[in-house]
Amino acid sequence: MAEKITFEAAMTRLDEIVKLLEKGEVSVEESLKLFEEGASLMKKCSGILDKAEQKVKLIMKGHDGEPVAEPFDADLDK
Amino acid sequence: MQNGNVFSVTDVNMRIKHILDSDRVLFDIYVKGELSNYKIYPSGHHYFTLKDEGGVLKAVMFRSEAQRLQFKPENGMKVIVRGRIAVYTRDGVYQLYASSMTEDGVGALYIAFEKLKKKLEAEGLFDLGRKRPIPRYPETICIITSPAGAAIRDMLRILRKRFPHSAVNLIPVRVQGEEAPGEISAAIDYANEHNLGDVIITGRGGGSIEDLWAFNDERVAYAIFRSRIPVISAVGHEPDFTISDFVADLRAATPSNAAELAVPDSDELYMRLKNVEARLCSLVDRTLRFARQRLSAAAERRVLQSPMNYVQDRRMQLDVLTGAFSAAALHYLSARKDRFGRLAASLDAMSPLKVLGRGYAIASLKDGKVLRSSDDASVGDEIDLRLGKGALTCRVTEVL
Repeated sequence: MAEKITFEAAMTRLDEIVKLLEKGEVSVEESLKLFEEGASLMKKCSGILDKAEQKVKLIMKGHDGEPVAEPFDADLDK
Repeated sequence: MQNGNVFSVTDVNMRIKHILDSDRVLFDIYVKGELSNYKIYPSGHHYFTLKDEGGVLKAVMFRSEAQRLQFKPENGMKVIVRGRIAVYTRDGVYQLYASSMTEDGVGALYIAFEKLKKKLEAEGLFDLGRKRPIPRYPETICIITSPAGAAIRDMLRILRKRFPHSAVNLIPVRVQGEEAPGEISAAIDYANEHNLGDVIITGRGGGSIEDLWAFNDERVAYAIFRSRIPVISAVGHEPDFTISDFVADLRAATPSNAAELAVPDSDELYMRLKNVEARLCSLVDRTLRFARQRLSAAAERRVLQSPMNYVQDRRMQLDVLTGAFSAAALHYLSARKDRFGRLAASLDAMSPLKVLGRGYAIASLKDGKVLRSSDDASVGDEIDLRLGKGALTCRVTEVL
């Protein structure tokens, strides 16, 4: 599953998984599948948090009207 | 010089007084000018001069009116004074008898603000029902503000600290002056057209009411209103309320506050993930415990309804469980893996195949009903015997 998942979607799905498991209505196989999915989502989420680096772009309107992005250095540590 | 043409001073002043008094415009008039010679007498009356490039006008505000002033008048201040023009005959001067006074600019701006607010409110721009929710974990935040001010740096600093995962698209605009409202509203439209964020923050740092005025412009108000992307308004300091604040989906007290409202705090998210992890682990424990209990119960029943199905089911379940679990456990539950291994082993030990392998057989009627008692079959019935290996069809010759 190399599909890109947003942080929002991952957190929402995690909440869903916990709720499903807490209800206890799923079979053993199903709950272990859910657990496996949850574990991988958690790994993804903490991965996202771990290596996040702020990206700031300055957006200008190009000649054709399309956005042109250039890096913006706010020099925050000054 | 004839007597009939000579007037007393009082006569002249009275005559002028009558002329001025009968003028409908001078009777109730608004005059704008700059304050000078401002003096407050012990009596509580205020005496001052209004001036502009062309001249001066003496004025007085009596104590009862002066007590209602909403600000402290000072020399040099531009004001609008309401009152009547009349002659003070003793001094032979006409002057403005002021009934009220507001700061020019601010007063006019305030009136414009209230008017626009009423208009937009009537048009439904402030309806709470149309406020869109702010996404909890925005992938991209579009900030529309000046790239030079302190506001953008404050926001970026807080975003970086709390949730650096969110990318920022900054659309540079002027945030004060004539051009500002047009640029801000165009930027909001542009962000929507090109999908430049999951949420928009627009605003600026603190300043005078004139400095913040772009955010009281109806062009900005309408742009926020038609924005498909939710908008957080972040103008000035805590007490400053602008029209943008009313139209926006969320009002932040300051630009820094907007950054706090736009993203979650990574530290809290880590805590939440830890919490989810703990709950998942305890849930999987519970699930396995239930499975074990069910298995024990099944094993105790001993007589198995439909042995081959049971065996196949358990086998498959075991495969799935083992596969799923070892994958999951790799990441999170290596300690629990042993316990699952023991469970898997006990599942296998309880398997009916093993039981049959020890020499037991299962007898069932043709319809699959398992025989539990000699009463379940009659002489002449054909019954199936399932053995450890293979099966037999037998006929009942005697019921004991």
